[in-house]
Amino acid sequence: MALLTPALGLFVWTLIAFLCVFFILRKFAWKPILNSLSERETGIAESIAAADRVKKEMGQMQAENEKLMVQAREERSQMLKEAKEMKDRIVNEAKDQAKAEANKILAEANAQIHQQKMAALTDVKNEIGKLSVEVAEKILRKQLAAGEAQDQYVNMLAEEIKLN
Amino acid sequence: MSSRRFFSSIGLALALSFGVSDHLYAQHGEGAAHQDATHEAAAHEAAAHGEGEEGEKFNASEVIFGHVGDSHEWHFFTAGETHVTLPLPVVVYSEEKGLQVFSSSKFGHFHPHVVDGKEIAISESYEGMHLERAMTETLVSDTGAKVYDFSITKNVLSMLISVALLLWIMLSVAGKYKKNGVMTAPKGMQNALEPVIGFIRDEVAKPNLGHKFPRYMPLLLTMFFFIWINNMLGLLPGGANFTGNVAVTACLALISFVVMIASANKHFWGHLLNPPGVPLGIKFLLVPIEIISLFIKPIALIIRLFANILAGHIVILSVISMIFIFGGLSKVAGWGFAPVSMAFTIFMFFLELLVAAIQAFIFTNLTAVFIGQAVEEAHHHDHEHEDYHPEHPITGQEYNTSENEIIA
Repeated sequence: MALLTPALGLFVWTLIAFLCVFFILRKFAWKPILNSLSERETGIAESIAAADRVKKEMGQMQAENEKLMVQAREERSQMLKEAKEMKDRIVNEAKDQAKAEANKILAEANAQIHQQKMAALTDVKNEIGKLSVEVAEKILRKQLAAGEAQDQYVNMLAEEIKLN
Repeated sequence: MSSRRFFSSIGLALALSFGVSDHLYAQHGEGAAHQDATHEAAAHEAAAHGEGEEGEKFNASEVIFGHVGDSHEWHFFTAGETHVTLPLPVVVYSEEKGLQVFSSSKFGHFHPHVVDGKEIAISESYEGMHLERAMTETLVSDTGAKVYDFSITKNVLSMLISVALLLWIMLSVAGKYKKNGVMTAPKGMQNALEPVIGFIRDEVAKPNLGHKFPRYMPLLLTMFFFIWINNMLGLLPGGANFTGNVAVTACLALISFVVMIASANKHFWGHLLNPPGVPLGIKFLLVPIEIISLFIKPIALIIRLFANILAGHIVILSVISMIFIFGGLSKVAGWGFAPVSMAFTIFMFFLELLVAAIQAFIFTNLTAVFIGQAVEEAHHHDHEHEDYHPEHPITGQEYNTSENEIIA
C-alpha cells in the first residue's frame, strides 16, 4: 500500500528539522526551564523549611518573652515592696532621730535651767551670807565692845570653823 | 555539489515559491478549466465502465487521499471555479542532472490516465520529470531513471511552520524565566507549559528512567511537544497530515530507537543475548524472540502514531464527504444529512484534540519505557539473594528465580 511506504524526502527533512529543534531547544529552552523549575522547587522547599524554623523560633521567643514578662512583673513587685520598706524605715529613722534630737534639746535646756537656777541660788546664798555677815558684824560690834566677850566669841568661832 | 550551494538553492527555491504566491489567483481560471476537464474525462471514463452514477461529481476517495497524502502543492480550497493553491518548491536530485530546484507550478495540470487498470493522474513533464498521483503523490522521471525527491512538500512546509512556532513558544518561555527570575509566579504561556513539562518530568521520565532521567529530559520534551504541535496543526482545516505520515513516524521512532540502543548497558545486552537462568535449549528459542522484540518496539511506535492520526483524518473527512455523497443523490438528502454529519464531525474534532495529546504522550512515554529498559541496572535483590539460589543438578536452572525475570 502506497500510504505505508515512507517517502525519502519527508523522512530526511523531518530528521534534519527534529535534530535542529532538539539541539536548539536543549541549549536555549529545556536547560534553563528545567533548571529554573528545579531551582524554584528547592527554593520553595527551603522557604517552607525556613518558615517552619522561624515559626518555631517565634514560639520560642514568645515563651521567652512571657517568661521575661513574668520575671519583670515579679521584680517590679519586689522593688515596690522594697521601696515601701525603705520608705517606712527612713520615716521611722527620721522620727526616731527627731525624737532623740528633741530629747537632747530638752535635756540640754533642763540642764541649763538647772544650772542657771543653781547659779541664781548661789548668788542668793552669797547675798544672804553677806547680809548675814554684815548683820552679824553689826550685832557683834555692839556686843563685843568688851574685850572679854570678844575673846570668848573668837574662841567659839574658831571652834565652829574647825567643825566645819 | 557543495553543501553551501545546496542550502542556497533551497533558500532560492523557498523565495521563489513564496514569490509566486501572488501568481496564485492568476492561474485559477485556467486551473479550474483544466480541473473540469479532468472531472469530465473521469466522468466519461466512469460512465463508459458503468461503474457508478454518483462518482462523477464527487469522488470521496480522491478528496480523502488527496488530503491525507503528501503533495507538492498546498491546495487550500476550491470556491466555484477558483482553486486556491500555493505552489511549493521542488528539490530533486538525480545522478545525471544533479540537484534541481524549481516551483511545483512548473508541472502544470494533471491528466487522468489508466495504468495497469488503475486510475492515475499524471502531471505535465518538466525537466524530464513528472508527478504521478494515485493514492499518494510521487515524483518520477520520464525515463524511469532513479530520482531522489527532497521537495519542500506540503508536509515539510507544515513541519517548518510548526517548528518555527515551537521554537518561538519555547524560547520566549525560557526567556521569561531569565527575565522574571525563578521565584516569581509563572504567567501566560509559561504557566500553561509548566505543568506539561512537570508532567513529562514527574510522570514520564522519573518513573521510567530512575535517577538517570535528567539526561533524557531534552529528548522526551522535544519529542512530546514536536508531536503534539504537529498533531494540533494537522487538525486545522487545510492543514497537512504530517504526523499521520509513515515517513515522519519512522523518523521519530528511529531517533528513539537509536537513543535506546546507544544508551543500552551491559546488563541489557546480557539479558538480551544470554538470558541468565535459562536452559541452553530454550536459549535458542528465546534469543531470536528477544532480538525480534527489540525491533518490534520502534515498529510499534511507527504504526501507533501514524495509524491513529491517519485514521482520525480519514474519519473526519469521510463524515464530511458523506454530505456531498448524499448531495449527489439529491439536494434534499445532502442538506438533510448535513446537521448529522456536522454533529459527528464536531465530536470527532474534540476526540482528535484529545488523541493529539494522548498520542504525543504515548509516543514519549513508550520512548521513555524503552530507554528505561535499556539503561536499567541489574536488580539489587538478585545479588542479595544469589546465595539462596541453589542450582538444579540437571538443568542448571536456579530455584526461586521469579517468573518475571525469565520473561523480561
